[in-house]
Order: sequence, then structure tokens, then C-alpha cells
Amino acid sequence: MSATAAKAESIPFKIAQAETPTETHDAAPAGDAHGAVPAGELHTETGVAHGEEHGSGVFPPFDASTFPSQLLWLAITFGIFYLVMSRIIVPRIGSILETRHDRIAQDLDEASRLKAEADNAISTYEKELADARAKGNVIATEAREAAKAKADAERLKNEESLNGKIAAAETRIAGIKDKALADVGAIAEETAAAVVEQLIGGKTTKAEISAAVKAAAK
Amino acid sequence: MANDPTHQFLVNKIVPIEIGGIDFSFTNASLFMVASAAVASGFLYLTTSQRGIIPSRLQSVSEMSYEFIASMLREGAGSSGMKFFPMVFSLFMFILTANLLGMMPYFFTVTSQIIVTFALALFVIGTVVLYGFYKHGFGFLKLFVPHGVPGALLPLVVAIEIISFLSRPISLSVRLFANMLAGHITLKVFAGFVASLGTLGALGIGGAILPLIMTVALTGLEFLVAFLQAYVFAVLTCMYLNDAIHPGSH
Repeated sequence: MSATAAKAESIPFKIAQAETPTETHDAAPAGDAHGAVPAGELHTETGVAHGEEHGSGVFPPFDASTFPSQLLWLAITFGIFYLVMSRIIVPRIGSILETRHDRIAQDLDEASRLKAEADNAISTYEKELADARAKGNVIATEAREAAKAKADAERLKNEESLNGKIAAAETRIAGIKDKALADVGAIAEETAAAVVEQLIGGKTTKAEISAAVKAAAK
Repeated sequence: MANDPTHQFLVNKIVPIEIGGIDFSFTNASLFMVASAAVASGFLYLTTSQRGIIPSRLQSVSEMSYEFIASMLREGAGSSGMKFFPMVFSLFMFILTANLLGMMPYFFTVTSQIIVTFALALFVIGTVVLYGFYKHGFGFLKLFVPHGVPGALLPLVVAIEIISFLSRPISLSVRLFANMLAGHITLKVFAGFVASLGTLGALGIGGAILPLIMTVALTGLEFLVAFLQAYVFAVLTCMYLNDAIHPGSH
């Protein structure tokens, strides 16, 4: 093949190399396929005589002689790769993701169902608690009222018996008082009769004296 | 050790095959295409073989890449674009694996070959064109006629749209190719400085520290670029597919 056809392609990449010290390269190309090229020539700014090792001076990616082989093998490998992807890998990963998606949705459903159950249990519990509390209140109220009624009855009974005693006592007092008052009249009449007899020695009728006592007592 | 930074892109024949005078040899490029496809499908196959409801770490890596591409495609091309999911997913995984494998020392980078990236880009654009005409017939050409453009400007705008459509396979392929190529060359050049300066004695070894730090930093950057370019390729594929599914909607 033509060794000099496209040397210019490689020049830009040789300039950087040319800056490196020459002596380090003296041995390097000799051990390589470059061997035929004098070392000094490698590092000139013009960059001539480079890349001969495979008989083509073309910058390797632009070497058209390799194109048919690259195209064929790319078609084979990428074609098989595409088939593997579209037949095996893509459906497989797709199904994995779908399964997981379904599973997550299912688990979320289950979780919300369980949550609803828990909520129900809580509301039942709270309802029962409220019922129990109301019942307790009723019992407490009943007990309180019963006690109150009992206490009232007791009090009434006591009051009644006390009132009875008070009334009896008052009756007796009134009786004693009446008797005493009645006695007061008789005593006064006797006293008055005695006083009159002593003072005037005359006899007075009982009727006069009682009338006089009564007048005086007024 | 070859100091030529383009040496790593050379295609070497491993098993020479010639059919009808055309060279179809199994080369190192072919080997790493096979490797990329095998590593990517092997990883995806083995990590998902448990089919765990609760994924293992590696299984979740596979699932994440699946969901990453799925959401990208759904956002880019709508839910009717999901029929292209295997295609976008294959492209992304193949390019990503090829890019990452290329980061290994002595490994060949499949995506640093313009013909490979161009073939992948043509595959995308070809799908877009074929599906566009299959689905919408000549209505697909509405793609080139944006809404709300004044009549006087229309020929100009249509011309620009056609040119931009035609440049898509080129920009799509060159972006990936150039990023991988430039990154690997830069790495090689800086790593070459380290080796060269290291032979210069004490001062040289001191001076070699700078390119060494640079090489380490660039390696990190290149891993980022390897992912980013696969991502960009997939995103643009989604956008172009969107044109095929909904022409004239942009």
C-alpha cells in the first residue's frame, strides 16, 4: 500500500511528541515495528515517516481498507446484541420491574386494608370506652340518688319523731301553764278573801272577790 | 512500547478472512466489538438472572440503566416511542460498554473508529427515515416545514431544515468518534511525557509529576466522557425518533 498517501493526518499528533527529549526515544522505536525508521526523523516537526508498521501511512481511523471488515463485524455483533437485548434482556428487566411494581401496589393495598382494620378496631374500642364511661356515670348517679333518697327518708323520719316529741312537750307545757294560770286565779281569790276578812272583818261573797280579782288581773 | 499516540487505533488482523477480494478479517476491532456485546449482554443477563423483587446491587445497576433509557425515550419521543426502546437501549449499552472497555490499557476502542460510529449513526437515521415514511407517508416531509414561518422565508427555512437533517448522521457520528479519539490521544501524549521525563534524572522525575497528575485527572475525565457520549448518542437518537413519530410538531 502507499506509505505516504495521508501523512498529513498524523502531523498534529506528532508535534506534541516532538517536544519530548530525543534521547528517550532512541531505544523505543528500535524494539518496535518502527525499527526501520531512524529515531531522529520521528521527532521532527514535520512528522514524516510515521505509522509505517502496517504498511499504511493513513491515520488509522481513516484507513478505508479496514472498513469492510469493521462494518461486517459491527453488523454481526451489534445485530446479535440487539437480538439478545430485544428478545431476552428487555422483556426480562421489564417483567422484573412490573412484578415489583405490582407487588408494591399489592403491598400498599394490603397496608391500607390493615390500616382500615386498625382504625376500625380503634373506633370500636373508643366507642366501648365511651359506653362504659356512660354506664359508669349512670351507676354512679343511681347510687348517689339512692343514697340521697335514703338519707332524706331518714332525716324526715327523725324530724317527724322530733316534731312529735316537741309537740308533746309543748302540749305538756301548755297544760302546765294553763293549770298554773288557773291556780293563780284561785290563789288570788283566796288571798284577796283573806286580806279582805283581815282588813274589814266582813264577809265577802265569793262572787264579788272573783269579780274583783278578774278586774284587777286585767 | 510505541510512543506514537495513534498506534492504539491501528486495526490488526487476528484471523484473516477474505471474501471476493474484500478483506473481512477478524481484527482487534472485531474482537472488541464482540467483547463489548458479550460484556454488556453478559452483565445484563447475569445480574438479572435472580429476578429479585428486592434487587441486588448489580441487579439495580441493570434496572437503573433500563429505567434511565426508558424515561429518556418517554420524555424525548413520547409513549409511542417506546417501541424503539430495545434499539435505543442496545445502542446506549453497546456504546457505553465499548467506551468503557476502551479505557482499559492496551484495549482497543471500538468507538474511536469513524466507520463504526458512522454506521451506528446511519442505523439511527435510517430507522428514522424508514419509520417516518412508513408511518406518515409523504406527511413525513412536514418535518422540513416548520409551523408559523412567513411564506417569504419558507424556502430558506426548508433548505436549512434539510441541510440540518442531512448533517445529523455526520454530527452524530463525528461527535462520538472525535471525543473518544481526542481523549485517548491526549491521555497517551501526557502519559508519554511521564515516561520521557522520568528518564532524565532527578529533575526530570520532578518534572514528570505534573503530566502524571494530568494523566490521572484526564483518566477520570475520560470515564466521564465515555458515559457522557453514550448518553448524548442515546438522547439524540430519542430526539430524532421523535421526529419520525411526530413530524411537524417542532
